[in-house]
Amino acid sequence: MALLSKKDANLILDPLADNNPITIQVLGICSALAITAELKASVVMALSVIFVLGIGNVVISLMRNIIPSKIRIIVQLIVIATLVIIVDQVLKAFAYELSKTLAVFVGLIITNCIIMGRFEAFALGNGPWRSFLDGIGNALGYGVILIIVGFFRELLGSGTLFGFPVLGDPIAKTGLYATGYENNGFMIIPPAALIVVGIIIWVQRSRNRALIEEN
Amino acid sequence: MALNTDKNVYTVLFAAVMVAVVGTILAFAASGLKPRIKENERFEKQQNILYAMGVNENTDEGAVNFIPTDRVEQTFSEYIVKQIVIEGGDISENPEAYLIDMKKQISRAKEGETPSLPVMIGEKDGKTFYVIPMYGKGLWDAIWGFIALDENMVVQGVYFDHKGETPGLGANIKARYFMDDFTGESIMDNGRYAGIAVAKGNNDPLNQDKEDNQVDALAGATITGNGITAMISETLKLYKDYLQTIRK
Repeated sequence: MALLSKKDANLILDPLADNNPITIQVLGICSALAITAELKASVVMALSVIFVLGIGNVVISLMRNIIPSKIRIIVQLIVIATLVIIVDQVLKAFAYELSKTLAVFVGLIITNCIIMGRFEAFALGNGPWRSFLDGIGNALGYGVILIIVGFFRELLGSGTLFGFPVLGDPIAKTGLYATGYENNGFMIIPPAALIVVGIIIWVQRSRNRALIEEN
Repeated sequence: MALNTDKNVYTVLFAAVMVAVVGTILAFAASGLKPRIKENERFEKQQNILYAMGVNENTDEGAVNFIPTDRVEQTFSEYIVKQIVIEGGDISENPEAYLIDMKKQISRAKEGETPSLPVMIGEKDGKTFYVIPMYGKGLWDAIWGFIALDENMVVQGVYFDHKGETPGLGANIKARYFMDDFTGESIMDNGRYAGIAVAKGNNDPLNQDKEDNQVDALAGATITGNGITAMISETLKLYKDYLQTIRK
């Protein structure tokens, strides 16, 4: 990548695979379980987190030298909450339909541990440009896992993708259902997400043995 | 210049300045955007009421399609012929009855006060529809909706919405396949106001039995479904006297 130095490029690329916030750092699991029953919700959540984490990291990075360390967590929370509220209000005024889809995520974004985690671990010690890249990278890494999990859960649980039936009609027994296939109702409940995430972690670690911790 | 950020005075000052700055930003954003947000909410209510009456742009594909916002105000005034507010035994006309907040009315009724209950009376293809707003509790947060009845107390259509039900599970109460099931169900059972129950395992997934006062539940969303059942029966309780006067 000519646009970014190798070190900067790694800020974006690392979290996508070998330092993924969900599968390696095991952060942000709560929202990954809650909203991945549908692919559409996964995509919307991923975009929201990319926005909040990208901007939030820059804001915290710019303020990093003046934030009193005693109240830095509160300051971080205020920054996240302010960003989320502003986004929510602007969407309500100009993209009402989208804001209704997002409504359930607003609370979840504020509680997403990846965001606080990146503020603490990166933005407080690095410049705004690098913090921005780190924020985008981690949010993308989070989003990728969300979309993979959402894809399998919606496909196997409801037989649809983005709400479109892709496997046939389960009630009229057409397509794949004609062969006796049934939707797996277990996939739409949250524990299924934990299992899918577990399988991703297993595949990732068996392909790259360096990721396996010794103990 | 090294700033000593550990001093208590600095910490307190920083917090005060931060609160003031953030408060100002949010206050400006909120008051600047309020008129637009209010307008969007009004359009949404009109869309939902029309949707419950069956005035929508649905196609065969199974998605919910409202009358678009640029036409909804006009369409609303065409179809809704009369709006009334019921206060105890008194019935008065009010062209803005549809804006009444059902949440407040239900809590007033619970405290023993007389609630102001709106009914939007619509006409479509020569038939009269009585659209009643509902409000209740789902699993995580509020659920609400509209139910359109005819004089025989048969449901002509419903619209449900929610604040924060789980996507893919409880949130599907606003999916067409769930809402469509209510159409044609009677709220009466042998002369009694029975409402409509969201029932698991009623062996009628296609909802062909319109006499059973039941629709098929959503898998994995038991509490949201129970919320819908409760919401319908609570609302009917409030409107019972009025419904008795229009019932044929």
